[in-house]
Amino acid sequence: MIRHLAGKVGGALVSLLFVVALGFLLFRVIPGDPVVAMTRGRPVTGDQLAELRVRLGVDKPLGEQFVDYLSGMVRGDLGTSHVYSRPVLELIGERLWPTVLLVGTSTVLAVVLGLWLGIRGAWRRGSRSDRISTGLALAQWAMPTFWLGMLLSLATGDLFPSGGMRYPDTPPDFLSQALDVAHHMVLPCLTLIAVVYAQYLLVMRSSLLEEMHADYLTTARAKGLRDDLVRRRHAVPNALLPTVTLVFLHLGLVVSGAITVETVFSWPGLGLLTYEALTGPDLPLLQGTFVVLAGAVITMNVFADLLYRVLDPRVRAS
Amino acid sequence: MTTIAWQRRRATVRATWREFASQRGGLVGLIGLAVITVLAVLAPLVTDASGLDVTRATAAPWRPPSAEYWLGTDHNGRSVLLLTWWGTRISLVVGLAATVLSVLIGTVVGIAAAHFGGWVSAVLMRFTDFFLVLPSLVLAIALSTVLPRGLGTIVLAIGVTSWPATARLVRAQTLAVEARPFIERARALGGGHGHVIGRHVLPAVLPLVFVNTTLTVASAIVLESTLSFLGLGDPTRVSWGSLLHAANMHGAVSQRAWWFLVPPGLGVVCVVLAFTLCGRALETVLNPRLKGER
Repeated sequence: MIRHLAGKVGGALVSLLFVVALGFLLFRVIPGDPVVAMTRGRPVTGDQLAELRVRLGVDKPLGEQFVDYLSGMVRGDLGTSHVYSRPVLELIGERLWPTVLLVGTSTVLAVVLGLWLGIRGAWRRGSRSDRISTGLALAQWAMPTFWLGMLLSLATGDLFPSGGMRYPDTPPDFLSQALDVAHHMVLPCLTLIAVVYAQYLLVMRSSLLEEMHADYLTTARAKGLRDDLVRRRHAVPNALLPTVTLVFLHLGLVVSGAITVETVFSWPGLGLLTYEALTGPDLPLLQGTFVVLAGAVITMNVFADLLYRVLDPRVRAS
Repeated sequence: MTTIAWQRRRATVRATWREFASQRGGLVGLIGLAVITVLAVLAPLVTDASGLDVTRATAAPWRPPSAEYWLGTDHNGRSVLLLTWWGTRISLVVGLAATVLSVLIGTVVGIAAAHFGGWVSAVLMRFTDFFLVLPSLVLAIALSTVLPRGLGTIVLAIGVTSWPATARLVRAQTLAVEARPFIERARALGGGHGHVIGRHVLPAVLPLVFVNTTLTVASAIVLESTLSFLGLGDPTRVSWGSLLHAANMHGAVSQRAWWFLVPPGLGVVCVVLAFTLCGRALETVLNPRLKGER
């Protein structure tokens, strides 16, 4: 167990190092001259370019830049944003909580909805409600997230705020602030749920279908257990295992969803920050969000793997 | 010898087709794809490309659907119907090209990892696992921001980010094939790596790769529309994603211009659904375990 844990954590550390190195490769090596890429389409003088080069530290040889970049990472210094003229880490820290709030709420709701519909669908396979919910899930999976968001915004009219996280004139007490944020969160949350729950539904459904013919279910029925109990106590817990890992594995998908949803609804989180960085393009900022988002997903994956071991005694024993 | 092999292959194809045709979902998807492809090919023959030019737009901007403009006009006064029709071409081309690239990388990596084993496999699979967990949109955004804008960049960004799933699948299938005795026979008779891979492994793996391709196209088209929506597409061409980008930038939601928002998105949904339906039907035909379960 300890050895396995060390192996997994070690693997994740190597992956994180890969991400850091990839961040350097993408934003310093591939663009050739990052400064030219950042000022593309704007009139700049040679002096301005030279000054920007010194400020970003790209006037040095690549090897030296890489050492600087690595030592910065170790100290928690992700560089300085070109557009905001502020440390990238500070900007990311500010934008982290809105994203965690939005993604956390919608993931929990999407998991609950997806699992519930998936279980119902598999248990009554081929019924009308199963066909409808599976078809709907497939259709939603095919929808681009941002499009669904815009349609929802269009359909609900003035019922919900079209963007942002809170109105400027809300009273500062906790309750009104919380209600205001919740009001702003309805549409982005619904959009994210609609896109993500389909995955959970399909996985839960197929994983429960695999259990349907298992002998222990026949035994449970032969004991005289009610259908409902057979499902809740015997079939679902076993089918739930692969789904749990998938919830974490699909976090990459949720991150993608968050980028587009936050862009559509101007939700001030990491996704919107990424969008602002790419329109600049503000390469240091984009580099920062790239490393943080990729790192977060990798960390979550290790967590999923460990959780799987805790939940499934068969994996633990082997 | 070869004629017998070909007869058998033809018979297999016929049987596969019969089974595929017996599934309504797959047929619907296939017909949908055929219609969309024909529309995309016909666009330059039936319509006039000058209608896409902003400077030659004659109608008033933001006009709702009318007899003259069936789907209304955009913020420049161009016909939304024409724009959406032409958008089909870029979305399909980018989706297919990116898929070819992605499946190519995935197949080569997967077969190499399974066939050569040892440290090659260890390194390749570590690499694959790394790309598998990396959020693809984040990497695709990074790539298309640092490279010059254009169709090639989009294709590259999608291809480079979506191959790992194919690689894992192909590796598993290759391992299963190579464990069978006829591979050992081929080796014993002096068959080299090229012979074993080309004559035995590839034919056995290709059907699976093909199914995977149809499903990859679907996600590639969604990814293309997402990147274009974020403004990372080719600025000189019309695609469904770039139309939605323009709609978002020019406030189509606050203008209540549903006729500008709905058609491009519906295009994405139709193509993606068609590919997904085909893929799922093919999967059921080629994977007997799934029969009767869906």
